[in-house]
Amino acid sequence: MKMTAIEMLGFRTVSLVAHLGRIAAFIGSIGLHSVRPPWRFRRLVGEVFDVGVLSLAIVCLSGATVGAVLGLQGYTTLARFGAENSLGAVVGISLVRELGPVLTALLVTGRAGSAMAAEIASMLTTEQLDGLRMMSIDPVDFVVKPKALAMLIAMPMLNALFICFALFGGYLVGVQLLGVDGGTYVTSMEDAITWEDDVAGTLLKSVVFGALVGFIATYRGYTATPTSAGVSAATTGTVVVGSVTVLLFDYVITALWGV
Amino acid sequence: MQPSATRDLIVGLFVAVGLAAIAYLSIQVGGLSYKGPGGLRVYAVFDEIGGLKPRAPVSIAGVIVGQVLSIDLDEGLRARVTLDVDPRLQLPSDTSAGIRTSGLLGDQFIALEPGAEETMLAAGDQIVMTESALSIERLIGKFVQNSGVE
Repeated sequence: MKMTAIEMLGFRTVSLVAHLGRIAAFIGSIGLHSVRPPWRFRRLVGEVFDVGVLSLAIVCLSGATVGAVLGLQGYTTLARFGAENSLGAVVGISLVRELGPVLTALLVTGRAGSAMAAEIASMLTTEQLDGLRMMSIDPVDFVVKPKALAMLIAMPMLNALFICFALFGGYLVGVQLLGVDGGTYVTSMEDAITWEDDVAGTLLKSVVFGALVGFIATYRGYTATPTSAGVSAATTGTVVVGSVTVLLFDYVITALWGV
Repeated sequence: MQPSATRDLIVGLFVAVGLAAIAYLSIQVGGLSYKGPGGLRVYAVFDEIGGLKPRAPVSIAGVIVGQVLSIDLDEGLRARVTLDVDPRLQLPSDTSAGIRTSGLLGDQFIALEPGAEETMLAAGDQIVMTESALSIERLIGKFVQNSGVE
């Protein structure tokens, strides 16, 4: 009995290490194909269309809504201290440092990451990836790489657009609706936000999140069980693991670099 | 999927708008600007800088002409503030610098008051006449001592 427990532990450890190795090999393979021709530029453009352009509506709309809510909430809280004039700073700082990159990453995971995983998983199920292999085309190069790179490229841009729309939403509520002075709002925002501490941090976060979500979505799809249930598990797994990983890394990045 | 040319155009537009949004955040909101190599750097040594911070504005007659680059201690353990001001300005060498507060509780900034000398400040020069930050605690301390409270 004791022996089996130890055997169990050994088996678990070995399979964990093997799993980590497969992940590393997968990431390495994407990285290698990214810096080596063929570039597959047309496929990359198509994927940026799917990830970026098709996510625009949800990202911009959510941005404006989040900004408006922040404006309302910030105003009621600040008004207790008579500090309504700092509304621009509160809205701007919280958006640029936290809410922008995190919410964009969560939205894109749900909107584009799940679709990405489902597409790859169903290609796997219908043996299209094997078909590619038979034509001696590496599916990682042809299918996975453009998707992962598109996520990496689109995320910072979607993040910046989200923040711009949210700042606009906050401006609408704060200035037009609640009567904070427009110049004060913009000035306090621009004074509070600095390039080195805040904007560079938001770009770093969105690039890291883009790489993470791109990797998780493609890996989940690529390693799915080739059944209908496997496709749905890959999709669910992408959203769950992707969201939790984004939040975890957000904490780590903030703790390490204070952004 | 749409015809390829249309799709390319849309993706191109998306990338352009995305880059514009990043640029807007960096330049307008983040205040990142190209600082020419010829920013006039001068030093000012203060006994007490209060709550002065790097990037605080430097002004002449209320007009912002530069910013505080860095603050460190010199050999005499006094605060040595590096100022980066507009190189086009002709500042007389007896210009004085003072740390002021905007409003009662506002942020602190440096106010320069031009003097009357013929010679001008050059890069790397030190502003000799300085006026330290006003510390309300110290003022109260002096007041209490002078009034002779038993």
